Amino acid sequence: MEPLGLEARPRLKRGVRLVHNEAQGGWVLLAPERLFQTDPIGAEILKRCTGEATLGAIVDDLATAYNAPRGEILDDVSALLRTLAEKQLVDL
Amino acid sequence: MATNGAANLPNPVGLLAELTHRCPLGCPYCSNPLALEGRADELDLDTWARVFREAATLGVLQVHLSGGEPGARRDLVEITKAANQAGLYTNLITSAVGINAERLAALAAAGLDHIQISVQDSEQSSADHIAGYQGAFRRKRELAAEVVRLGLLLTINMVVHRANIERIDRMVELALEFGASRIEIAHVQYYGWALKNRAALMPSREQVDGAIAALESLRRRYQERIVIDAVFPDYFARYPKPCVGGWGRRSLNVTPSGRVLPCHAAETIPGLEFWSVRDRSLAEIWEASPAFRAFRGTDWMREPCATCPRRERDFGGCRCQAFALTGDARATDPVCHLSPDHSMVERLAAIQEDRAYVYRR
Repeated sequence: MEPLGLEARPRLKRGVRLVHNEAQGGWVLLAPERLFQTDPIGAEILKRCTGEATLGAIVDDLATAYNAPRGEILDDVSALLRTLAEKQLVDL
Repeated sequence: MATNGAANLPNPVGLLAELTHRCPLGCPYCSNPLALEGRADELDLDTWARVFREAATLGVLQVHLSGGEPGARRDLVEITKAANQAGLYTNLITSAVGINAERLAALAAAGLDHIQISVQDSEQSSADHIAGYQGAFRRKRELAAEVVRLGLLLTINMVVHRANIERIDRMVELALEFGASRIEIAHVQYYGWALKNRAALMPSREQVDGAIAALESLRRRYQERIVIDAVFPDYFARYPKPCVGGWGRRSLNVTPSGRVLPCHAAETIPGLEFWSVRDRSLAEIWEASPAFRAFRGTDWMREPCATCPRRERDFGGCRCQAFALTGDARATDPVCHLSPDHSMVERLAAIQEDRAYVYRR
């Protein structure tokens, strides 16, 4: 699958919130009548989706933070955001 | 699933807060009980605020402020604020009657995350007839416009039955026109008022097949524009629905007077003992209330459920439906084709009578 464009500024849609709940065992993305448990890496991606940072900046930031290859991170981030955009949780 | 320590007890994720049973509408499939609780018995704001805090500690993530019509509560804005302050994702489930633009703005400022408006049909006269309230449809359209103007997220809920099942495509178009990002197509579930009106609401097999085919093509057509969630009409299913995601497993329901139920219809099962938030904490009720323990897990099951490979998937179906149709709440939900009582469901699904609705009053 094609990676997303680096100039996109992804953000959680209005009405979608990322919360941490101990009793539920970690990070959860909350949307109308739905919830998606996400792993810590997913949470790190989503925390950066504020609508301000570009995808390029987010990927750079994560590549530095996790000392991982940029291309790999771009693929992971693109896959996650595409899935969430399809579920109407993220605007790209 | 995460558990909270002792006894492998699951954590609830959702709380249905029935703030009041009062409602201006009279929908013949209302999910409220036949015996409605009165205004004098309703929990006050402080008690609801405590319930929300206790719920959040218990693991609840989302609260659904419902009714009746929650707008009938004068302190709805304060209640919403309390839910938000407890850290809960706050969803208002409304008929739109009783929420005007000014109140909606106050709710948004109080931290409301999402609003769900019921629409009875895509055609105004039919919608008002089903709701038993002249002018209801117009109020819904007006409120939806305000929701969009404020930038809040909107879901449209359409309860489907014989009178409107052939207009699902038109309903999805209407939801888009209203600015919704999600629509729930909820086929009537037959409890309480809907059970009373079953023959008047029951669609034909051809209508159900048509609706299912329509749904698939609508999902393809509007994939990127609107989320379409659908609850299957279970009288026409082969397997039962995993009712409330399993009894005492995912969610709980607090009635206007504070009784805590595993699902909104649980009071129809005789002999269950419900505890109240007036007397006990939500955590104690969730763990130890006899009503929650009655059908939690799989130990209560008999055959064919007890050894069924699907028992952890659909949890034997719905206890209330098992009781309503067989008189035994421990029976397999007769919707399941493996139930010895399944032929009864097939027979009931074939009974359609064009009689006047018994409106909820």
